[in-house]
Amino acid sequence: MNTEIKDNIEVTKPPIASIGVIGWLRKNLFSSWSNILLTLIGIYILYSIIPSFISWAFIDASFVGSTKQECSKEGACWIFIKENLKLIFYGLYPSEELWRINSMYFILLVCGIYILVPNLKYKGWVGSFLLILFPILSVVMFSGGFGLETVETRLWGGLFLTLVIAGVGIVLSLPIGVMLALGRRSKLPVVSLLSTIFIEIWRGVPLITVLFMASNMFPLFMPEGVNFDKLIRALIGVMFFSAAYLAEVVRGGLQAMPKGQYEAAQAMGLSYWRMMALVILPQSLKMVIPAIIGSFIAIFKDTTLVLVIGLFDFLGIIQFVGTNPDWLGFSHEGYVFAAAIFWVFCFGMSRYSQNLEKKLDTGR
Amino acid sequence: MIIRKLTILSAIVSLFTVSAATAGTLDTVKGQGFFNCGVSQGVPGFSNPDSDGNWSGIDVDVCRAVSAAIFGTPDNVKYVPLTAKERFTALQSGEIDVLSRNTTWTLSRDAQIGLEFAGVNFYDGQGFMVRSDSGITSAMELDGASVCTNLGTTTELNMADFFRANGMSYEPVVFEKADEVVNAYDEGRCDTYTTDKSGLAAQRTKLADPDAHVVLPETISKEPLGPVVREGDGDWADIVRWSLNAMIEAEEFGLDKGSASSTCATTGNPVVARLCGKEGGNGAALNLGDSWSYDIISQVGNYGDIYEANVGANTPVGLARAGSPNASYKNGGVLYAPPAR
Repeated sequence: MNTEIKDNIEVTKPPIASIGVIGWLRKNLFSSWSNILLTLIGIYILYSIIPSFISWAFIDASFVGSTKQECSKEGACWIFIKENLKLIFYGLYPSEELWRINSMYFILLVCGIYILVPNLKYKGWVGSFLLILFPILSVVMFSGGFGLETVETRLWGGLFLTLVIAGVGIVLSLPIGVMLALGRRSKLPVVSLLSTIFIEIWRGVPLITVLFMASNMFPLFMPEGVNFDKLIRALIGVMFFSAAYLAEVVRGGLQAMPKGQYEAAQAMGLSYWRMMALVILPQSLKMVIPAIIGSFIAIFKDTTLVLVIGLFDFLGIIQFVGTNPDWLGFSHEGYVFAAAIFWVFCFGMSRYSQNLEKKLDTGR
Repeated sequence: MIIRKLTILSAIVSLFTVSAATAGTLDTVKGQGFFNCGVSQGVPGFSNPDSDGNWSGIDVDVCRAVSAAIFGTPDNVKYVPLTAKERFTALQSGEIDVLSRNTTWTLSRDAQIGLEFAGVNFYDGQGFMVRSDSGITSAMELDGASVCTNLGTTTELNMADFFRANGMSYEPVVFEKADEVVNAYDEGRCDTYTTDKSGLAAQRTKLADPDAHVVLPETISKEPLGPVVREGDGDWADIVRWSLNAMIEAEEFGLDKGSASSTCATTGNPVVARLCGKEGGNGAALNLGDSWSYDIISQVGNYGDIYEANVGANTPVGLARAGSPNASYKNGGVLYAPPAR
């Protein structure tokens, strides 16, 4: 009996207006008069920007050729980027020494992929190679020594310099930031006071001021004839600046830890450092991953400020290349290209952060 | 632990490089085999990269001339790109030995900051560019205009003086980089764009429609641009000054880059012979070899050569030399070199 009744009821589909594309559109874009208005305005804005951008950047653009004259007036002149690619990526670094940068890129890429691929052995070794040996090797490879020709930092530039500054800033500022955060929460008054002063001073001034001081004031304090490499001055400035910000991020994580974790660790007889390294920091750093990666992305973008102290970072070199009389008038192409490359790097970091959060999301 | 600290310390110390002290720049430079020349971060025609990443421009050629005079080759120069604000610090701190970065020679700079100007390699002057369709034909009609300009240069001060002297009001719109100023002007964020006329000519090629803009006839300032050295080292200043003078005098006597070797072989003119280094004497006074001026002319060129190659009418910068102050005094300009004897 029961089955017959069931059979008699026809399974009706939901109304067409509430499923599929139309349903989604109704629900998300046209659910009320104000939403309809916003949607229409949004569509109009996209309509007026995207087609003209696409025709400028792709359809009318010039890709083939090697001189300014081969560029069409209507579209983008990507020949400008293509012809100056070496300058944009490596700055004034000597052409015959480029293999040094490229081979370090290659090592970084291989190790990076190795670490990202799941379930491989010896990841710890590769990681510690990247963190300890790789930087030392980089210094030798990039600046010279041990039989390699010296390349002064004034010749470094382009994307390479941006990656150097961001890389040093990111890798060194995290441990310094963690130490400062621990220092600020320390019960020893001197340590705590010094950490607080350090953090507040560096956070209290804009990065551009730090770089400006490093570049314009610092040389005047030095004995005459003694010069401190400008890039190193900038690196130290960027490093301390971002360390101060990271310190506060990490401190936020430390304060979010329940007191029970500290007490449990102490009850097990762990010393201060072991308690921090084994119990507190792993948990608290995990909590602040989004904020830490946010800081890293900010550092990456802040590297463009080194322009004001006469270093040619990625953005700076694109502006610099544009002053070649043979290539005047292509700053738009340069800026669009710079924006695209910056986006790729920042988006990559952002995805990596989400990946890391998922992987470390244990115990919840 | 102590050993580790010492290693770190020695690493830090090794980062310091001891370079030129003020006394005896020439000896230091000769000893190290090169000198440091401060240039801009890119001003078309003055100091900019060429397609191979080498520096070129009329300011760069001054550095090359000094190198040719000292070393017999124009390539023993290390170029240090500097912002407008850090250029004088870099010179005073010894980071650079010559500043050749479109720097205006003014009394206060020459007298106060401890700098010494070694001559003028380009006579510039500040002008205004407006849109042709604005109908403005004279800078005197700019009352109430918004003016785009660069931050922290004499340009800003000259503009203030000009408007005040003529009882006009204006609204400054200032930016750090020339590119930003040009874009702001191109986007219509200001009525007029002011900078040195050389800059206006170079920047005009960056506008969306270069022909829709005119440079107003008024020149509101004198902007003699030239190389600068540290004050207190007269010998070094002499070398820079006379490297520039040699290029100017070579042009006055028709000695140019292309024909230097043939002219020098046959000349009977004593002035030309001196510039060719054949009648000895003036090299020793500068602590240089007698061929110093010949090396400059044959490898870098005379003033006309470097002008036409970098900023002349046939370059994209396109600053016609005839009728400008940069013409030789023989052609109605103000370029005049004291005799190199």
